[in-house]
Amino acid sequence: MEIKKGIAVSPGIAIAKALVIDAEDYRIPRRSILASAKVGEVKKVREAFRKAVAELEKTDSQSLAESKIKDIFAVHLRFLRDRSLRKKITDLVYNDLLTAEYAVSTTLRDIANHFASVQDAYISERAADIYDIEKRLLKHLLGKKREDAEHISYEVVVIAHELSPTQTASFDRSFIKGFATDAGGRTSHTAIVARSLGIPAVVGLENVTSNVNPAAMVIIDGNRGVVVIDPDAATLKQYEEYAIEFVRLEHELDSLRDLDAITRDGVEIKLLGNIEFPSEAEMIIDKGGHGIGLYRTEFLYLNSETEPTEKDHYDAYSQVVKTLGNMPVIIRTMDLGADKYTQSRRFVREPNPFLGLRSIRFCLQNLMMFKTQLRAILRASVLGDLRIMFPLVSSLHELRQAKMILRDVMEDLDEDSIAYNADVPIGIMIETPSAALTANILATESDFFSIGTNDLIQYTLAVDRGNERVSTLYSGADPAVLQLLRSVIHDASKARISVSLCGEMASEPEYVMMLLGLGFRTFSLATPMIPEIKKLVRSVTIESCNALARKVLGMNSEREVTNYIRNAAIKVLPEVF
Amino acid sequence: MPRTIFEDEIEIKNSNGLHMRPAMQFVDLASQYESDIQVSNGSTKVDGKSIMQMAMLAATVGTKLQIKASGSDGGEAIKALKELVEVQLFDESHTI
Repeated sequence: MEIKKGIAVSPGIAIAKALVIDAEDYRIPRRSILASAKVGEVKKVREAFRKAVAELEKTDSQSLAESKIKDIFAVHLRFLRDRSLRKKITDLVYNDLLTAEYAVSTTLRDIANHFASVQDAYISERAADIYDIEKRLLKHLLGKKREDAEHISYEVVVIAHELSPTQTASFDRSFIKGFATDAGGRTSHTAIVARSLGIPAVVGLENVTSNVNPAAMVIIDGNRGVVVIDPDAATLKQYEEYAIEFVRLEHELDSLRDLDAITRDGVEIKLLGNIEFPSEAEMIIDKGGHGIGLYRTEFLYLNSETEPTEKDHYDAYSQVVKTLGNMPVIIRTMDLGADKYTQSRRFVREPNPFLGLRSIRFCLQNLMMFKTQLRAILRASVLGDLRIMFPLVSSLHELRQAKMILRDVMEDLDEDSIAYNADVPIGIMIETPSAALTANILATESDFFSIGTNDLIQYTLAVDRGNERVSTLYSGADPAVLQLLRSVIHDASKARISVSLCGEMASEPEYVMMLLGLGFRTFSLATPMIPEIKKLVRSVTIESCNALARKVLGMNSEREVTNYIRNAAIKVLPEVF
Repeated sequence: MPRTIFEDEIEIKNSNGLHMRPAMQFVDLASQYESDIQVSNGSTKVDGKSIMQMAMLAATVGTKLQIKASGSDGGEAIKALKELVEVQLFDESHTI
């Protein structure tokens, strides 16, 4: 039995077999196999070589005009056909009982290191070719595993270095009971997906992927941030009881479903849910939410091999709008780029993707794709209370461009005599410091604002929220962030437009009082958290929240603010913490 | 029948040395012969038909390699390999 401590990012207890997933770019951890598995593992190595050779032969036969590339592929092919290389790898599997992917990776990296150490620039650069060969083989070895994750037929907890949006989008979610990752923080993609699925997750475990052998039994405790590998009988029993108790508490919160989210002094708060998949819409109603404040549509792109058609878009949106009845559904147009890519990978590698061609910028340069989505949204707009939101707008010019494209699509629909809501509300996400600082200008041409605190904090504090080495600097309680939030609320209320907050902050109980005090009346949050936040809202008065906000706005440091709001929240609702 | 062994020394003369593409040419040529071909740089002995092993020699310009070919066509093999390495210089106009 081994117990590891990480960061709890999504509550709950999961007990299941591990499914360990490796990413191509990361160093493959050294993992052992059972002696009984060695024949099968050696077969996997041979299979990977065979597939890699077949792939290269196919490439080779296609006319490669560039003779240098042809030569590179020819060299790779010779390596893949080299029996002594293959034997070196299979010996490692067979004699040392190591996984196929580790044996491939370590053997080729040894060769690459040998080249890199040669005192001749020309030869040492050849190490890159060896890395390419390693990647090619791993692709065939791990590609199989990724497929396994898509086609699992029993309950598992997923163990990975860090899950990419593309990976999580392809999982068969009904069998995934929890996540545990080496990297990541509270706002990493893994955390967001886990919360939206309502399954436990622990991140920032550093080396969990190398500690878990495939198919080991694993407990993920998303309340305490603990992962137990190969638990003994007593621990297992204790956790099984704890899991039952946790479910009972959840049910208790669910009894709040039909109660209003109203403060003790009578101020009504709207609690909307964030969703990624149409199937999650149902959960919003189950949890007593008041609508969808953020529908992340990029998962339509990450989910399939091909670009979604207008019908794919329309089917998803109409299903969601119909499920929600009269409640609002705010559809955010695709937020691709940075850490989210389409299957077709039309993105050029950028040195600084979070400052690159992402989100609305990407849409404005890929008009066909953008218009397909807008057309489907507009068609669905007649089915209920649908609203459109543009992400990452950083200037009035961008907002105007996006609205102009929307008008073009409306005209196309007019020509085709297709119905849509011509008065569909159009809002923007405030998630860059430039948008926050010019909110008064943007408010003149927007129907509503939604503050995306994840990106706003990241850009304001210049901290990559996914980088565990600096993620401690990332905080919604930083005085710089508070100043921006206050100023956006001020500008929105002056312009008489609504403003909500849809970042992870809204799902964290410790921030809620402060946010109410700053003037927020609408939150959009991870759906499973709605009952807990509702309970908190029902326990406070706006008056006390206002006093708290005034107090923290006068503070000089993040630490001071965090301590203060945490203590205040614990006093109100000790059982939540 | 006792195996005939042929031996010779060749020198890497092309300026970029025995990198990937030359190693590939060497291995391709060596593989056309039945004889076993062993190449040594004095400290390491490798199979002249394995690109991995040949490339690992990382022989730079000026390196002298001992070639040992054992088999009926060993003499021709060594002659052809010496021609490729010392005369054709691996046709270095196409480097990768």
